[in-house]
Amino acid sequence: MKQKTVFYSFMALLIVVGLSLLWLRYEQLGIPLMPETQVRVWLVEARIEFSATGDETLVNLSLPENPPGFRLLSEQAASPGYGFARISSADRRRGEWSKREAQGTQNLYYKAQFAPTKERDSRQPAAGEPPEPRQVLWEEPEATAASDLLSAAFRSSSTEASLTRELIKTINKGEADQNASLLLDGRSPEQLLVRLLNQADVPARLAMGLKLEDARRNQSLTPLVDVFVDGQWQIFDRGPEGYEGVPEDVLVWHRADGPVLKVMGGTNSQVRFSMIRQTVPALGLAHSQSDGRGLSRFSLYQLPIEEQGMLKLLLLLPIGALVVAFMRIIVGIQTSGTFMPVLIALAFIQTTLVPGLVAFLTIVGLGLVLRGYLSRLNLLLVARIATLIVLVVLLTALLSVFGHELGIDLGMTITFFPMIIIAWTIERMSILWEEEGAWEVLIQGGGSLVVAIIAFAAMQLPLVTHLTFNFPEVHLIILALILLTGQYTGYKVSELYRFRVMGDD
Amino acid sequence: MMFISPSELKRRGILGMNRRNLDYIGRHNARHLFPLVDNKIKTKRLAREYGVPTPTLRHVIETQHSIRDLGEQLKGLDGFAIKPAKGSGGKGIMVIRKVTDGVFVKGSGQTVDLDDLKRHCSNILAGLHSLAGSPDSAIIEDLIDPDPYFKDLSVEGVPDIRVIIFRGIPIMAMLRLSTHASDGKANLHQGAIGVGLDLATGHCVHAVQYSNRVLTHPDTGVTLDRIAIPDWENLLTLAASCHDLAGLGYLGADLVVDQERGPLLLELNARPGLAIQVANGEGLLPRLQRVETLERVSKDAGERAGFAMTHFARQPARSTA
Repeated sequence: MKQKTVFYSFMALLIVVGLSLLWLRYEQLGIPLMPETQVRVWLVEARIEFSATGDETLVNLSLPENPPGFRLLSEQAASPGYGFARISSADRRRGEWSKREAQGTQNLYYKAQFAPTKERDSRQPAAGEPPEPRQVLWEEPEATAASDLLSAAFRSSSTEASLTRELIKTINKGEADQNASLLLDGRSPEQLLVRLLNQADVPARLAMGLKLEDARRNQSLTPLVDVFVDGQWQIFDRGPEGYEGVPEDVLVWHRADGPVLKVMGGTNSQVRFSMIRQTVPALGLAHSQSDGRGLSRFSLYQLPIEEQGMLKLLLLLPIGALVVAFMRIIVGIQTSGTFMPVLIALAFIQTTLVPGLVAFLTIVGLGLVLRGYLSRLNLLLVARIATLIVLVVLLTALLSVFGHELGIDLGMTITFFPMIIIAWTIERMSILWEEEGAWEVLIQGGGSLVVAIIAFAAMQLPLVTHLTFNFPEVHLIILALILLTGQYTGYKVSELYRFRVMGDD
Repeated sequence: MMFISPSELKRRGILGMNRRNLDYIGRHNARHLFPLVDNKIKTKRLAREYGVPTPTLRHVIETQHSIRDLGEQLKGLDGFAIKPAKGSGGKGIMVIRKVTDGVFVKGSGQTVDLDDLKRHCSNILAGLHSLAGSPDSAIIEDLIDPDPYFKDLSVEGVPDIRVIIFRGIPIMAMLRLSTHASDGKANLHQGAIGVGLDLATGHCVHAVQYSNRVLTHPDTGVTLDRIAIPDWENLLTLAASCHDLAGLGYLGADLVVDQERGPLLLELNARPGLAIQVANGEGLLPRLQRVETLERVSKDAGERAGFAMTHFARQPARSTA
């Protein structure tokens, strides 16, 4: 009894470990559970336009880095005749285009692909020294309005964050609040908010974001409020409640001091954005991001493609083994040769079912005829099987030639079958025929084929091929299932038929 | 009715293949003892040690080149059987009933010549009939001269008695009668008749062919109900003593009754089939569980046979039957 408990807890452990690894891989590496899963990504193009003055030209554009809620998949800059470099520092990333001489209207492009992620935390630690609040100067009557507004908000708040929220609420009132409407004259709400916060000794700055909408062109960046709260920069949404964070459809493009675009040797510069939504296979996305850290070190994507292909087929074998174990132990189908059906099923995967079936039946049928003739010669067993192997190979060659003449590619499909297994199958079938009669041959041969077809059907399900290869830990679960069938002491389905007469008295 | 429900099977105590393999063969039969019963030569050697009579062994052929001498060895033998030492289920057994002028008459009446016999031996040695196809040896045994009582019961083959022995105690027994349909073979699924026997008396309790109840032998017309095995207690004791020589907890013994020598051990089986339940119209499980509850089992084969005769006697026929 104790042994049983140990066994079943071990099985449970295997299944739990398998499932948790599977979940981890899904959650951390973003490998989809379904084979056809598509992920929507955004392709954003920034176009910089300016009139060059004919001198050295240097264009410097702020580039997004770890925008909250998005992941940068790929980026490229395309601009004929310009040199391009990406310059990274602690808190910013900028792209720099340069050209010795440029004249007239210039167009520079930067394209980047972003995938949405669940990581929406917009906090960012300060680079280096904590920032100092900027000095703010007002002229009357704005100064009075600003200090009124601030002191009202200050009274009804306790922290930097709540102060920010109170200010947002007041500014959102707009016309309804006299002070706010006065201060908003000639300023955007974001600019006003930044000024007020700095006045209240809370460092704040304007960040720039891009509102993502499918198939939009000629868009410009919208300002966002970035407030230094609790030692970290935090973006505040200017929605009705003024919560911390970035709206879901906003890509934070620029989040540092300084302008988005700097152009030397040019005038009338502007940057415009266009964007479209694309769908890409989630699997490919996960592949491109497997970087050899953590779990992904144990993934098969690291191997050369050729070996991956081989493993893909190999990793299907446990499924076949599971099907055979199930069919033999629980259903009770007889097969000739325990795992011969799995090998046939593997061959079916390469030949596809119907041509494979036709080829297999043809070759075994012809082999049985020839074997009937061989039994008249007095041959030792090993020599007889060796003869059969040669005959099977010759038959394959013959069928290939005939098939080619007739325009049927039958021969090639046969070559996928394991010749030696076929020769043995023919030998066993023929002995079975002599000893037990044609009926037994039909039962065992048919049983093998049925199991092979079921194993084939299971092995070529897109979900199965996907899971076995991309989530190798699935095999722990398969292992546990096979071990469990090994403990099954109940009746086989076939025994319900076999012992049917026991019911009547 | 095409199928029977699992609960009904369970109620009737039918032992299924999976349960047999796990709970009985797996638990009570040590792996290293299998070769003793899978190889008839080893079984015979052990049987001699323990004084269990078996058909007389004439020759053993172990190498392909010694097949040349087959003609010499067969000289003077009137009837004999060629068997693979590691065969199972009666596979590869060739029975020669009569030899006249170099022509061998098989049990079925077919004739073969020496070359056929040599090829048969060669196939046996190559492992054609052995378990898992491993290389094998061929043995040549004397024919059994069945007791006259059995002669009329079947056609062609010799009737044999299969006894299932658990922890040395006979659990269930059946008599197997070959028919024309089974081609002289005693395998139930090939059409032989299985006659369930009352362990107390050796009388027929039930008989089936192809899983269906039969009352008479289709070829000889013998009324199966009347069958009563003579000298039953002796035979059951011999069966019980097979446990001592094989050491297997769950065992099948095939016995025949020879006219002169009495009950003989034909072969032992470490994985006896389940068809015996159909022949008896009764499941093995209740009897197996009865024996499992025993704390200790007698070391004496006769006492164990006695236990079976008292405890596994057939209940009087149910009133509804």
